[in-house]
Amino acid sequence: MAVKTEPLFLNLGPVHPSTHGVFRMRALVDGEVITDIEPVFGYLHRGIEKLAESKSYRQFLPLTDRLDYVSSMNNNMAYVMAVEKLAGIEVPQRAEYIRVIMAELQRIIAHLLAIGSFFNDMGTFFTPFFYMFIQKEKITDLFEMVCGQRLLYNYMRFGGVSHDLPPEFIPALTRFLDEMPAEIKKYERLLAENEIVLARSKNVGVLTREMAVNASAAGPVLRASGVDWDIRKVDPYSIYDRFDFDVPTGANGDCYDRYRVRVEELTQSLNIIRQAVNGLPKGKVLNPVPLRFRPPAGEVYSHIEGNKGELGFHVISDGSDKPYRIHVRAPSFINLTALKNMLIGWKLADAIIIFGSIDICLGEVDR
Amino acid sequence: MVELLLLPASIRSELPFGYWLHLLIFGLGIITLLLTSVIIFIWLERRLVGRFQLRHGPNRAGPFGLLQSVADVIKILTKEDIIPSRADKLVFWMAPVIAFTPVVLMLGVVPVADGALLADLNIGILFVVAISSVTSLGVFMAGWSSYNKYSLLSAMRTVAQLVSYEMPLILSMVGVVILTGSLSLNEMVKAQSIPFILLQPAGFFIFFTASLAEINRTPFDLLEADSELVAGYNIEYSGMKFATFYLTEYCEAIVLSTLTATLFLGGWQGPWLPPMIWLLLKIGLVFCVIVWIRATLPRLRIDQVMNFAWKFLLPLAILNLLLTSLSVIFWPTAPAWASGLINLSMLAVFILVYSKFFKPGGKTVAV
Repeated sequence: MAVKTEPLFLNLGPVHPSTHGVFRMRALVDGEVITDIEPVFGYLHRGIEKLAESKSYRQFLPLTDRLDYVSSMNNNMAYVMAVEKLAGIEVPQRAEYIRVIMAELQRIIAHLLAIGSFFNDMGTFFTPFFYMFIQKEKITDLFEMVCGQRLLYNYMRFGGVSHDLPPEFIPALTRFLDEMPAEIKKYERLLAENEIVLARSKNVGVLTREMAVNASAAGPVLRASGVDWDIRKVDPYSIYDRFDFDVPTGANGDCYDRYRVRVEELTQSLNIIRQAVNGLPKGKVLNPVPLRFRPPAGEVYSHIEGNKGELGFHVISDGSDKPYRIHVRAPSFINLTALKNMLIGWKLADAIIIFGSIDICLGEVDR
Repeated sequence: MVELLLLPASIRSELPFGYWLHLLIFGLGIITLLLTSVIIFIWLERRLVGRFQLRHGPNRAGPFGLLQSVADVIKILTKEDIIPSRADKLVFWMAPVIAFTPVVLMLGVVPVADGALLADLNIGILFVVAISSVTSLGVFMAGWSSYNKYSLLSAMRTVAQLVSYEMPLILSMVGVVILTGSLSLNEMVKAQSIPFILLQPAGFFIFFTASLAEINRTPFDLLEADSELVAGYNIEYSGMKFATFYLTEYCEAIVLSTLTATLFLGGWQGPWLPPMIWLLLKIGLVFCVIVWIRATLPRLRIDQVMNFAWKFLLPLAILNLLLTSLSVIFWPTAPAWASGLINLSMLAVFILVYSKFFKPGGKTVAV
C-alpha cells in the first residue's frame, strides 16, 4: 500500500543558527529530502552601492569594510586599487608589500572562520571553531597593532596605507608565522581523516566543473571543482607576480574538496607572507592624495582574488569628487547562484553543510 | 540514613513499617541523588567541554563556577511559560512528565551496594528496557504537539532513531544476562568478579554506542541538531517545561552511565572504598567519556544513523549473542582471558569486514 505523503514547506532562516547571517531558504522537503528550494536575499541590504553616489571617494572607503565583514582588508584593497587605477595614482613599494601581507593575513582569518563554521554546521560542538578562533585572534591582534581596529580596519588609502608598520609588528608576525604550520598540522590530524567527516562531506553537494564555470563561481568553490583559476595568477595585480606560490585545486567539487582547498590555501598564504616579509623594502607608505580629489571622468573595473572569490569594483567617475556609480562584484553572491543545483535531492542535514561549504557572508551578498 | 540504605533488605524488612520505610528512604534517596547529581554533572560537562575547547568554562558563580547551574535553574524557573496558540495543549502539557518519569523509575532497580536497591526485581533488566522506551514517546509527543515544523521533523527522527537503537542495546544486554544467568541487576553485579567489559568488549562497545544514540548524544544528536533543527523537539518549550526536558536529557545520560557501570564495569564492586563511592566514581568516568565524545565528533546524517544501527550494530549484536551463548554451552570453564580474546577478535574481524563495504558520502535521492 502506498502511503500518501505531502511535501512540507520549511522556512530556513532568516534567523537560523546555520545561515551565517540572515540568509533565508524556502525549502520544500519530502520527509528529509529537499525537493525544491528558493533562496531569499536582502535582509541585510543597506544600500551601500547607492550610498557611494552621495559620498566622496574617500568617504566610501569605510563602507567597503562593511561589505564582507570578515575580510575588510581585501575589500579595502579592491576598492583602493580600482580608484588608483582610475586616477593613475602611484603606490610606494613598501605600501604594496604591506598590502599583500595584510590581504593574506585576512585570507587566513576568513578561511579559518569558514572551516570552523563548516564543522559547526556538520555538528561538532564548537570545538574546531574555538581551535581556529584562537589563531584568528592572534591575527586580529596584529591588525590592531597596525591600525587600532579589530574588525573593520579601514587601513588602506588611495596611494598607500594609513600608517607604517609599528616596530613590534614584524617580530610578532614572525612568531605567528613560526607557530601557524604546527597549528595547521594539528587541524589536519584531528579532522582531515575523521570517518564521520568523510562520511558526511565526501561526494556530498558535488558542483561539477561545467556547472561551476557556468554559474561563474570563483574562489575556493571554483577551485574545488578542479578549475585552476586564481586572479593572483591569471591576472597578477599589486606585486603578486613576485611571489612563488601554488594554487591548490580539488578533483570532485564536493564539500570535502572545498574544505581541503581552504586548508591548503592557508599554507600558501603563509608562504606569500613569508616572502613578503623577507622582501619588505624601506621607505614611505603613502603618496598623499588631495582630500577632495577628483579623478578624471571614465570607468574602470579592477578585481582581486578575495577570500571567497573574485572581488571586483566597477567604479564610474563623472569627474566630480563623488563616484557616479560603484558596483561591487560580490563573490559570495555569485557563488550562491549554483546553490539550488547543489541542494536538490539532498537531505536537510546535507543542505546545511553544502550551504556552509560555499562560505558566504551576508554583508556582501545583500550589500 | 546512609547506614539504613546499606543494610541488607532482609534485616530492614524486620524493622517496624520496614517495607514502607525502605520505599520512602530509597524513593527520596534516588530522587535527591539524581537531581543534585544533575546539577553537578551539568557543571562538570560545561567545565570539561570548556577545557576541551581551550577555554575556561563557567567559573564566575560560586567556587569554580559550581553555582552556575543553580543560577540557571533560578533563571529558568522565573521565565514566562509560553504555549503556542495552535499547540495540542493536553499533549503539550503531558509530554515533559511522560519523558521524565521513566528515567527516574529506571534507577529503582540499580543496586548501590549488595542488596541495597529500591526493588530487587528478578526481571530487573527487562524492567529497565521496558520503561526506557517510554521516554521516546514523551519526546515524540512534545515534537508532535508543538505545531512546529522543526520539532515535527525532530519527532520523526526520534521515533526512527530510538526504536532502531533499542534493538542492539537490548541484544548486547542479553550477552551479560547469559553470562550471569539472571535478569536481576544485583545478581549481575555480584557475578562480576572480573568486570564484564573484559569478558565482553564487543558487548560493551555495542551497548555504549547504542546508549549514546538513546540519550541523543553526539554523534547521534539528530533530535536537537542545533545547526539544522535549531533546538529539535523542545523548540517551543520554555520555562519549567523546558527545564524538565533538559533535566530528562541529563538524567538519561546519568542513568545510562549508571547502567553501563552496573552491567559492564562491575557496579558497586571495588576494593578499599565503600561500594556506593565506587559506583559514583564509575558513573562519573562513563559520563566524562560521553562528554569527551561530544566535544570531539561531528554529527551523522539520519540515513547514516539508521544504516549504522541496522547494518552494523544489529548484526554485530546478534553475532556477539551467538558466540557468547555457544561458548557458555560448549566451553563453560573457559578462562576469562580466552573469552575476552574471542570476543575482541570477533569485534575486530567484524569491523574489518564492514569497512570493506563502507562508502563515505552519499547520493541524492530522487523524489
